[in-house]
Amino acid sequence: MSTEPVLRLADVTRVHGEGPQAVRALREVSLDVAAGELIAVMGPSGSGKSTLLNLAGGLDTPTSGEVAVEGTSLTGMRAADLAGLRRRHVGYVFQDLNLIPSLTAVENVMLPRELDGVRAAQARREAREVLAEVGLADVADRFPDEISGGQRQRVAIARALAGQRRLILADEPTGALDTPTGDEVLQLLRTRCDAGAAVLLVTHEPRYAAWADRVVFLRDGEIADMTSAPMESAR
Amino acid sequence: MAIKQGLLALLSRGPRYGYQLRAEFEASTGATWPLNIGQVYTTLSRLERDGLVTPGEQDEQGRVVYTITEAGLTEMARWFSTPVAQSDRPRDELVIKLAMAVAAGADVRPVIQAQRVATMSTLQELTRAKRANAESPAQRLVIDSMIFQAEAEQRWLDHCEVVLTASIQTQERHR
Repeated sequence: MSTEPVLRLADVTRVHGEGPQAVRALREVSLDVAAGELIAVMGPSGSGKSTLLNLAGGLDTPTSGEVAVEGTSLTGMRAADLAGLRRRHVGYVFQDLNLIPSLTAVENVMLPRELDGVRAAQARREAREVLAEVGLADVADRFPDEISGGQRQRVAIARALAGQRRLILADEPTGALDTPTGDEVLQLLRTRCDAGAAVLLVTHEPRYAAWADRVVFLRDGEIADMTSAPMESAR
Repeated sequence: MAIKQGLLALLSRGPRYGYQLRAEFEASTGATWPLNIGQVYTTLSRLERDGLVTPGEQDEQGRVVYTITEAGLTEMARWFSTPVAQSDRPRDELVIKLAMAVAAGADVRPVIQAQRVATMSTLQELTRAKRANAESPAQRLVIDSMIFQAEAEQRWLDHCEVVLTASIQTQERHR
């Protein structure tokens, strides 16, 4: 098995604006996320959490330093290639779920795969499999407003997981969910991780960060602290 | 035990009488941990025995002023730099430690950061234990209770940091 990390950030700096008004959102941050690893990022608002996640997913470009996904550097990549790499390798789970209300759960999950050129029948089959995996086989044909908030969040996660993407980026995926439902969301991400995905999770809630192998504390755009990875035997 | 180190922290600001230490201890902890004067003198004599403080001459009212030694300063620094373990603490030691660090004028942020990493590691261990006991609802709820306590502590540490940062900025503006 390859030891290359699924996600690598090397000395990544992101400056917004220029001259005296320039704001350094991220300063020389280096972080590897390996297959099977769940890393949580915590920090106060303005500490650079969202910038970090956007750079990791190729939605933003570093001012200096390098981001690599599955061994491919995103530096200097053409927009079309970057979009393709994102669709093939990266799944996003956001706080606002961005489910399309006029599509059923299964149609929401299959949409990005169809955009990637997968034929409808196969995309639908994949979507049903992944919905079953997150425990939603029964509600696959319902519309978002016909299911609960926790179920909607699981649909959004299923959409991020479809097509065997190995890098999952999650920005406050537990949103306003109650704690047992939030725990279920983390259990899903954890299960996917244990099956070989790499997950980068941004959260402000310590109880959800605690599901991670390592917790990174960001302060003013820098890594201030990090908990150590558990012993191999504890995995 | 935290009374010992708490008195050292107060003495790090300069020599004090026993009755002063008692009043300042209670003021620093918001009287959540009242001390009687007997505890103060018992603790001081143990500190003297261990070479962490030295007593001065008695004045005409029979009062003795105590001064912290180098070894006492080292012990205080060790206390501030050692995170409190979740398992073996008297409940309020962390609260006392932070209050005393503020009262002693120490830099509190490293204390908060060290504790935050230690508490998060505890929270991670508890979460692993919860996953391992997923099929036993009773055990899960017991672990959940410990998770909520550790989470509350973590939130309180974040709160302390924000409050202290704001108060440092206010002081700098008034200078």
